[in-house]
Parts: sequence; C-alpha cells; structure tokens
Amino acid sequence: MDRVPVLKLGDILIVSIQIDLQDQSVLALQEDLADKVVATGARGVIIDITAVEIVDSFIGRMLATIAAISRMLDAETVVVGMRPAVAITLVELGLSLGGVRTALNLEKGVALLKHLEAPRITTAAR
Amino acid sequence: MGVTLSVPADAGRRRIEQLLQDNEERVLRRWQEIAGSSSTGNVDRADLAAQLRELFQALLQSLGEGGDSSDLRGLLAELSRNRARQGFTPSETAIVVFGLKEAVYEFIETDGSPEALRGFVWFSQLIDDLGLFTIENYSAAREKVIVDQAEQLLELSTPVVKLWEGIVAVPLVGTLDSARTQVVMEKLLQTLVDTGSEHAVIDITGVPAVDTQVAQHLLKTVVAARLMGAECVISGIRPQIAHTIVTLGIEFGDIVTKASLADALAHALRESGVEFVSRRTRVAVRTEEG
Repeated sequence: MDRVPVLKLGDILIVSIQIDLQDQSVLALQEDLADKVVATGARGVIIDITAVEIVDSFIGRMLATIAAISRMLDAETVVVGMRPAVAITLVELGLSLGGVRTALNLEKGVALLKHLEAPRITTAAR
Repeated sequence: MGVTLSVPADAGRRRIEQLLQDNEERVLRRWQEIAGSSSTGNVDRADLAAQLRELFQALLQSLGEGGDSSDLRGLLAELSRNRARQGFTPSETAIVVFGLKEAVYEFIETDGSPEALRGFVWFSQLIDDLGLFTIENYSAAREKVIVDQAEQLLELSTPVVKLWEGIVAVPLVGTLDSARTQVVMEKLLQTLVDTGSEHAVIDITGVPAVDTQVAQHLLKTVVAARLMGAECVISGIRPQIAHTIVTLGIEFGDIVTKASLADALAHALRESGVEFVSRRTRVAVRTEEG
C-alpha cells in the first residue's frame, strides 16, 4: 500500500496527493495526519491536489473528513491546486466542500494560512 | 403503348447506353447548353462545361455491365458541396443534373424506337436518383456550414479579460444555454488557474433573460470557482432581471451581486487589498506631477 507523505513546513503540514487513492491509503493518511498535527502542534494543513485528475464522491468526503479532524485539533485545512475539471465534477456531484478552505495554488494556500494566523499572533503579543 | 411495354427493360437500357455512347459529344454539348442557360449570372461557363464533361465521362463509366458509379457519386457530391458553399439555391444545383434528362430525351425522340422510349423510363429514374443524391449532399453541406458557424460563434462570444492583477472578468453577451455556459465555465476556471487570479467578475449586462436554468449554471460556476479558491462576483444585473430572479425564487445565497461592472471591480479591488483614493481636483494632480 502506498503511503502519502506528510511534510512539515514551519507550523504548517503539507500533504501532496500524487497517487490514485485507495480506501486503505486514505484511512492511513487520516491517521498519519492526525498524529502529525498533535505531534508538531501544527496550525494549518495544506492538501495539494494538483496531480489529482479524477475525483468521485469518495475523495470529496475524504477532504471534508480531513478538514473536520484537523479543525478538531485546532488546525485550519486548505485544499489547493484543484483543477477546473475536478471542480466542475464536484459541483455536478453536489459536493460544495463546506467548511474546507480552498486556494488556487500552494503559495496562495500558505499565504491564506498566514493571514488566518495573523490575529492570533497579535493577540499573543499584547 | 402495348409495343413499348412488350420491350424488355434490359433492351431499353442497352439502347440508351448505345445512344449515349454514339452521340457522346452532341449530348454533352446539349447538356452544357441547357445547364448553362438555366443557371443565373455568376456561373463560370467554361468551368461548368469542364465539370459537366467530367460528370458525363463518369456517367458513361457507370453504365453497362459491372459499371462503377462511385466516381460519378464522388463528383456529384463535390459539385453540390461547392455549390452549397457558394450560396447557390437547391434548384440551381439540381437543375444541372436534371438538364441531362432533357438533353437525352431530344436524342431519343429523333431515334423514336420503342426500345429507346422504354429505356428512357429507366434513364429517367437513374437521373432522378442522382438528382436526389445531389440535393442530399447539398443540404448536408449547408448543415455543416451552420454547425461550423455555431461553433465559431461559441468560441468568439466568450472572452475572459483581465481587469487588474488577480482580477478577471467574463462579459457575457447573448442568450445563455447549457452548452455555452459550459464553455464559459471551463474557460473561466482555466483562466483562474493560468493567471493565478483570486477574483472573477461575471458580467451579465448583455444577457437578455435569466431563467432558473441560467441562474443554476451561474451558481454552479461560482461554486466551482470557490472550490478552486477564487471568489466570483456577478455584475450587470438589470432591474427586470433582478425582478425575475426574485419572482422565480432563485436564492443566490452569499454570492456577491453588483449592479454594474464598475461596482464589481471596486468590490474585487477592495477584497484583494487595493486601496484607491480620488484626487480632489485635476489641478492637484498636475501640481504633483510637476
């Protein structure tokens, strides 16, 4: 079974999905991610799906689940790099991924997390 | 009459073939005359004559035992395609083929034998078939022109323009249907990826009517853009359209709608953090530049 690597960049965890996801690897990813968030105290999770060309309701649910788990652990989830065809498919499937933040690419995703982080830092400084 | 019918069909057919081969040049010339006089002004006579000669040769080839008519049909198809493109009417196209009937009949009249008369029935059917074939090809060519133009229109009518760094706009003009909306949607989303724009303005000033279906398509586009991490603003909603939308009970939810493209641009600029101040007077501007 292929495991999806979870990378740490500062207080952000980055997951880049580059394989065809099977049920098993998704479950493993959810566990790995939850462990990593707790272990590193990460404030944000970025899921990069630039390489994902085909989606179904399963992937849509996976994204929502990961977002829910991360939020439970006080980390914001941003899905980045969604292709137009993928977005159209998800809309046609009726999945609007409520509660999941999105950004056009990894760079903008990181910027979004930093932006969300900003108020906390100012509060901490006072 | 009884004499004519007693002639076997085969004999009549052979007689006609004989007649055509014997009088090849004369029949062809007569055909060229008839076709030339029935066509209106803008036909190149020499061109037409050459085409008819080719057709006639192909026709002779298709006659007789084991004749091959694929050449003839190919030529006819080409002729009707060309005529359809050049804007000839269907009758003008068909008359070229039917002219041969008249030309051949004159020779059969002079021949006067029962075989020839019997054969003419067969020949007439053959020409009718070819005439129908021509018309079919003609209308197929016409249809293709229409389909091509519809496609071109689709490509032409959906530009995505950049308004500002990170802000793109799609000015929609004309009636929206599923196919067009699909094209607009894909083009807009692709542009968002290509340019890395986080804001998009969909301007529907040029859309004459919005019904539930069109609204549904717009909403889908906005949601898809959101999934990709971009925000859409819908602008150019005219009073009647606003009225229709409310009457139809369409819910735009938290999607930002603006009355004019200018408002939408201002909104998008504000959202992307651009601040703009208006200078009080033109004099002030000049002073600064100086």
